[in-house]
Amino acid sequence: MDLSYEVKDSYAEIKAAGRLNMVSAPKLREFVADVVASGSSRIVVNLEDTAFMDSSGLGALIGCLKAARQAGGDLRIAAVQPQVKMVLELTSMDRVLTSYATADEAFGND
Amino acid sequence: MVVLLTVILGINYIAWRWLASLNWEAWWIAVPLVAAETYSLIDVMLFGLTVWRLKLRKDAPQAPADATVDVFITTYNEPLDLVMTTALAAKRIRHPHSTWILDDGARPEMCRLAEEHGLGYVTRSADWKNMPRHAKAGNLNNALMVTEGEFLLILDADQIPEPDILDKTLGYFTNTKVALVQTPQYFSNVPASDPLGSQAPLFYGPIQQGKDGWNAAFFCGSNAILRREALMQLGLVGYVKETEKSIRRALAASQSAIRKARKPADSDNLLVAQILDEVETATAEARRRLDDGESLSEITYRVRRKVDQAVQALVQADVSALQADLEEIAAMELAHVGDSGVPVVADDAVQRMSARDWSPLGAIESVQAVLDALSVERAGEAQPVMPLATISVTEDMATAMRIHGMGWESVYHHEVLAYGLAPEDLATMLTQRLRWAQGTIQVMLRENPLVERGLKLGQRLMYFATMWTYLSGFAAVIYFAAPIVYLLLGILPVTSLSADFFIRFIPFMVVNQLLFAIAGRGIPTWRGQQYSLALFPTWIRACTTAARNVWFGRPLGFAVTPKDRQTGGPSWSLIRPQIVVSVLLAISSVVGIARLAAGMSEPVGTLVNVAWVVFDLVVMSILVRAVLYKGFEPQSFEIGGFEEEGSGPETLPAQGLVEERKTDGS
Repeated sequence: MDLSYEVKDSYAEIKAAGRLNMVSAPKLREFVADVVASGSSRIVVNLEDTAFMDSSGLGALIGCLKAARQAGGDLRIAAVQPQVKMVLELTSMDRVLTSYATADEAFGND
Repeated sequence: MVVLLTVILGINYIAWRWLASLNWEAWWIAVPLVAAETYSLIDVMLFGLTVWRLKLRKDAPQAPADATVDVFITTYNEPLDLVMTTALAAKRIRHPHSTWILDDGARPEMCRLAEEHGLGYVTRSADWKNMPRHAKAGNLNNALMVTEGEFLLILDADQIPEPDILDKTLGYFTNTKVALVQTPQYFSNVPASDPLGSQAPLFYGPIQQGKDGWNAAFFCGSNAILRREALMQLGLVGYVKETEKSIRRALAASQSAIRKARKPADSDNLLVAQILDEVETATAEARRRLDDGESLSEITYRVRRKVDQAVQALVQADVSALQADLEEIAAMELAHVGDSGVPVVADDAVQRMSARDWSPLGAIESVQAVLDALSVERAGEAQPVMPLATISVTEDMATAMRIHGMGWESVYHHEVLAYGLAPEDLATMLTQRLRWAQGTIQVMLRENPLVERGLKLGQRLMYFATMWTYLSGFAAVIYFAAPIVYLLLGILPVTSLSADFFIRFIPFMVVNQLLFAIAGRGIPTWRGQQYSLALFPTWIRACTTAARNVWFGRPLGFAVTPKDRQTGGPSWSLIRPQIVVSVLLAISSVVGIARLAAGMSEPVGTLVNVAWVVFDLVVMSILVRAVLYKGFEPQSFEIGGFEEEGSGPETLPAQGLVEERKTDGS
């Protein structure tokens, strides 16, 4: 899993390319924690190139959401692929997270 | 065949008991007795259902070589060398794996030993500070966040695994629906006579094999392999459910909280009143969005932002007014004081005063509580996602039930692959049994398998069967009372002990015992039968404390257990209720025989009841041996703290013991 981030106007975009599974989940958590610590608490995780996600990956996203919220910001997801969408529905996590079509739209309304 | 026959004869007997045999003049003993007998019949029928689908598995398929495994050894306060013996045995397991010591005691020496031997070492993260710890479930949940194996072998600190434990079990997971493989718990420090009833051969045998047949093999906390994906899924589903529940509850309570807050605020504090208006608008909007199906994170985020912005704006306005006042005062005073400058309210004071703990809203606790609950962070828990269930002190049963509820499959692998240590004194044993029973009743009251969603009918009944057996304490009291009442007072709860009675009762009892003999296939089950009746005070206490805990939020009651085997004299006080009952039974026999000699009662009734008393006394005699038991001799194992919260072996063999009680006592 390749992680990178870029600070935009009103948010920081994190790109997670590859498989977000039980092996890479702790890495994502750490990565996001660092981004939050560096001062960006409004975060969009761009899942455009995330081909696969399991429940551990999703669990890591929840952990990241908590970190962002505690820093006074928020975490949103964008460009979800079909397999990830399926996992979101299976665990009813789609009740918690809205998936936006693009990273730009994620914080579009505020 | 035998199962059907047992059920038919049992129903025949109980139906007759209810319809034709009740001695209504002595209803106060007759009705409880027939109720107790009905309880026992249901118990027998559930057992029959269990063994109906006995599943005798062949060897597992070949273990997939690339499967990644974390071996978790849970410990809290067990002696270091005991933990290390297990950990080093775990390290020698052949299939590639990582071994981790999950030390809830966070002992520096334990950490050092782990490092020295190249073992992983995990303690609770900082997130757990001041949060509910959830004992062993919390320990495992914490470790799940920092490890990455596809499968998890869970071992209690005293469970020494065989090197081939994974080779023999991982293969089951080639079926991608399998989430759990449980192997038996067997104790190496128990003599053949098993005076404390530690082994549970019926449970780790026909009962688990029967449950396996219904795809309901239980997770028993140790010696089991779990699929991480299933646990994480469970954690996520639970997280969503809890979050939504908490948000709905908060929104429902918000109206009245705001109304209440308005009353004392009156009109004299305009600022608070205005903020309350904003909160009301925000929560009303949140309610509408929730009904529209918008996602929980968006809803909560918006409420928080709206309220924060409103608070900030209003505080700013307030402060501006204050600043204006100050400037006015300064201007007035200039004439007198000269060049003293204008006091300034700093900008960051505005920030501070609008922050959560300083905001005027913070003063209104009820409203603040509503706003705090409108979050997706699960603020009351150390981590939002809790894969292992935390609703009970026996996390294993609740977790297994949820796994089954999500459609996963389970396997019971009937081969001893780990060797543990059982308690060696009565006090520790009683505490352990009490915890197991309490945990089971907690699950029954919090997530009753008969109504939980997702379970199949067979699975519902398999879980319910185990819970049902733990209610036996109440039936036992009635079974003790009935012969005492007859022998002392001559009152018979049945209309007559005629041929009508024996013709129905004896065939039922015979076929019932036959069922046990066949299902048990030569397994020694007598010890289990003895304990399930003799520990009636423990079962009753478990039911009452667990009910108080679930319904009224009372603590379960912390039973203090000595850390090491007691070295003092035998502790008869532990079994006081049983001694009282035994003495009463013995006295009533003597009185009964005297009454017979005096011609005050009939021979058949006296004979039946004296025989019944003798049976009860033989059953309870095991407690005498238990109290006098001096511990296991051949090897000199010392067992440290073997219970309590933390990572003690909170596993469920006791269910086997209670499940073994199938005599209906009458």
